[in-house]
Amino acid sequence: MTPLADVVVVETGTANVASVVAALARLGRRALLTRDAEVVRTADCVVVPGVGTFGAAVASIDAAKLRRVLSERVARDQALFGICLGMQVFGDASEESPGATGLGAYRGVFRRFPQRPLLRVPQFGWNRIEGDGQGIDDGYAYFANSYRLEEAPAGWSVAWADHGGPFVAALERGATTLCQFHPEVSGTYGATCLQRWLERSRCLSEVTA
Amino acid sequence: MSLCVRIIPCLDMKGGRVVKGVRFGALRDVGDPVELAARYAQEGADEIVVLDVTATLEERGHRLDLLRRLRRVLDVPLTIGGGIASVDDALQVLAAGADKVAINSAALATPALIDSMAERFGAQCTVVAIDVSRQSQGFAVLSRAATCDSGRELGAWAAEVEARGAGELLLTSFDRDGTGQGFDLEAIAVARAHTTLPIIASGGAKDEGDLAPAIAAGADAVLAAGMFHSGRVTIDSARRALIQAGLELRT
Repeated sequence: MTPLADVVVVETGTANVASVVAALARLGRRALLTRDAEVVRTADCVVVPGVGTFGAAVASIDAAKLRRVLSERVARDQALFGICLGMQVFGDASEESPGATGLGAYRGVFRRFPQRPLLRVPQFGWNRIEGDGQGIDDGYAYFANSYRLEEAPAGWSVAWADHGGPFVAALERGATTLCQFHPEVSGTYGATCLQRWLERSRCLSEVTA
Repeated sequence: MSLCVRIIPCLDMKGGRVVKGVRFGALRDVGDPVELAARYAQEGADEIVVLDVTATLEERGHRLDLLRRLRRVLDVPLTIGGGIASVDDALQVLAAGADKVAINSAALATPALIDSMAERFGAQCTVVAIDVSRQSQGFAVLSRAATCDSGRELGAWAAEVEARGAGELLLTSFDRDGTGQGFDLEAIAVARAHTTLPIIASGGAKDEGDLAPAIAAGADAVLAAGMFHSGRVTIDSARRALIQAGLELRT
């Protein structure tokens, strides 16, 4: 049998990439870690992981000349999965790093969770997700974030969660999935998200010589 | 809808094996870390914490190898602590498969390490472990595997840790560790009064009945080792006890 194409994981210089690689391996997929813009451009499927700060992630993308390549992948509906900060960088901006410009694949500014009694910030742990029936399934996933998107951008299928008010848990459009939670450590629910994306997009294509 | 309460089995490691003791001493062998972690995750554990209780220099290489093996099987968050003394140390364990890094003695010795870690990896990655012991007044923060009194007091340290950018506290009662006397609810309440960060309560859980009171006292997650290792309590029975107490858990 011809092996399936590697999943290209963008090295954004942030933290838990090993968890992403391991999650893909459990789905039988080999991950290729890279910052090479040409590799990212021509890949069958790309994962943009992210833990860290908005400004650092955007700067890292720019330093690797990945801004245009990543934006075009989303615009051309080439398979891409963004995780946590890897979702946020595709928005417009974040309160976390004023002045840093996101990739603008959808309209939205990330704001800090409100400061109020009993509301823990960062949001750390498992929260319930409600899909809109067209994209991400209902279930529980693991979050680790202090900033979130409150309004749904037009043109995307949206899943919601609640932490001091509703916020966007995931966005889907065609072969693009962007999620605020961490599928790589969200048990069976997370594995199913990744697998569904691999199946939906062209990521099941066999390696061509 | 709100965040679920978390149940976190803890693996205390020594020489590549899981051990468990009383008040950080009298360690005995409990089993293989990868086997145990995989079993707990399969049974529904929300996270796994691995603490290297004797993280000596020569053991660090083994630890990275163990981490890689743990990562392969674990599909829930993994926090690593023990002997992390620098951003470079943290980077190594993250590269090997940790999702979060807990620092303790090094943060007490050099509090700016918390700032550096939060800046480099984000608050989401930066856990500060605090070991405390009851004094005639309040709680003393201990360091170096509870062999030294750091001279700090729990409330003030919890507030400083938050101000420096940490994302979570792992609060362990040294007095209760391994004793089965239940969590030190007062310590949890003191920490809660000084921080809005998530708190993982640790030290002293005997059975299911000890869990909900820790949440009521202000914790967001309950960590236990001995009661799970002995088989006295399963992840499932712990879950059921918390659900019965009216708390939300993931399904």
